[in-house]
Amino acid sequence: MKKRTQKLALLGLFTAIAMVLAWVEVLLPPLFSAVPGIKLGLPNIVIIFVLYRMGVKEAAAVSLVRMVAVALLFGNPMTFAYSLAGGALSLAAMAILRRLDFFSIIGVSVAGGVLHNVGQILLAMFVLRTAKLGYYMIILAVTGTVAGIFIGLCGGLAVKRVKWS
Amino acid sequence: MDQTKETPKPETKKHKLRNDLILIAALVVVLVLAGLAFWLLRGEGDSVIVEVNGNLYGTYSLAKDQTVEIRTGEGGTELNLLVIKDGKAFVESATCPGGDCTRHNPISREGESIVCLPHKVVITVKLVGGEGEKPIPDAVT
Ligand SMILES: [Zn+2]
Repeated sequence: MKKRTQKLALLGLFTAIAMVLAWVEVLLPPLFSAVPGIKLGLPNIVIIFVLYRMGVKEAAAVSLVRMVAVALLFGNPMTFAYSLAGGALSLAAMAILRRLDFFSIIGVSVAGGVLHNVGQILLAMFVLRTAKLGYYMIILAVTGTVAGIFIGLCGGLAVKRVKWS
Repeated sequence: MDQTKETPKPETKKHKLRNDLILIAALVVVLVLAGLAFWLLRGEGDSVIVEVNGNLYGTYSLAKDQTVEIRTGEGGTELNLLVIKDGKAFVESATCPGGDCTRHNPISREGESIVCLPHKVVITVKLVGGEGEKPIPDAVT
C-alpha cells in the first residue's frame, strides 16, 4: 500500500517536471522557425526516464496526463489530437525497441523523437492534404534525429544518476 | 544462469551503439524516401496564382476554363496569354524573347509552376480551397 502511494506521488512529480520542461521549451528561442513542429522535445527526457526506470504503463500515464493537462491549459481538441498521435506512436516505438534490447537509450530516443514527428505528419496528411508535408517529413527526419540524440544523452544520464529509495 | 561466463551477453554497449547508428540511418532513409514519394505523388491543386516581379497579380480557379492576359512591362506592352483548360494551366502565347514559357507542359499539381524569366512572371498551382496554408499545430508540448 505504501509502495503504491509512493509510486503515485512519483508519477505526479514526473508529470509536473515534464510540464515544466514543455514550458521551458516554449521559452527557448525557436531552432528553426520556418517549419512548425521542430522542437527538442525536452519533456521526452522524462518519458524516457520513466520508461526505463518504471515501465511502459507508467510512461504512458505520465505522457497522457501531461498531454491532457497541456490541452486543457493552453490547447484545443485539435492540438490534443496531434499530441496524442505523436505521443502514442513515439511511446509505442520506444517501448518495443527497448524490449528488443538491441539499441542503447540513444537509439531508442531517436526513434521516439522521429516517430513523434511522423505521428503528427500522418495525422496532418488526413487533415490538411497538402504536398508541403512531404518536405516537412524530410526536414523533421533530420532534426528529429539530432534532437533525439540530445534527449537520449540527457535521458541516459538521468537513468544512471537519479536515485530514490 | 551459470552460462554467463562462457557466453557473454550478446548485446554489449559497443554493439548497441553500432545498432543505434544502423537504426538512425534506416529511419532517416525511410523518412526521406517517404517524403520524396509524398512530394512526387502530391495531388492536384485547385487554383493558379500569378505573380509578377514577386507581387500578386491574380488568382484563377483551375475548375473554370478561362483565358487570362497577363500584361506586364511599361504600359502593359509585354504579354503572356495564360489558358486554363480541363483543369490544367499553360501559357499559350507570349511576347517574350525565346518564348520558353509557352513550351512548358501544362501544370495542375500542387506546387508546379511556369516561369517567364524575361517578363518576371511566375504561375504556380496552389491548393487554396483546402486548408493547404494552415500550419501543422505545434503539439510537441
Ligand atoms: Zn516567357
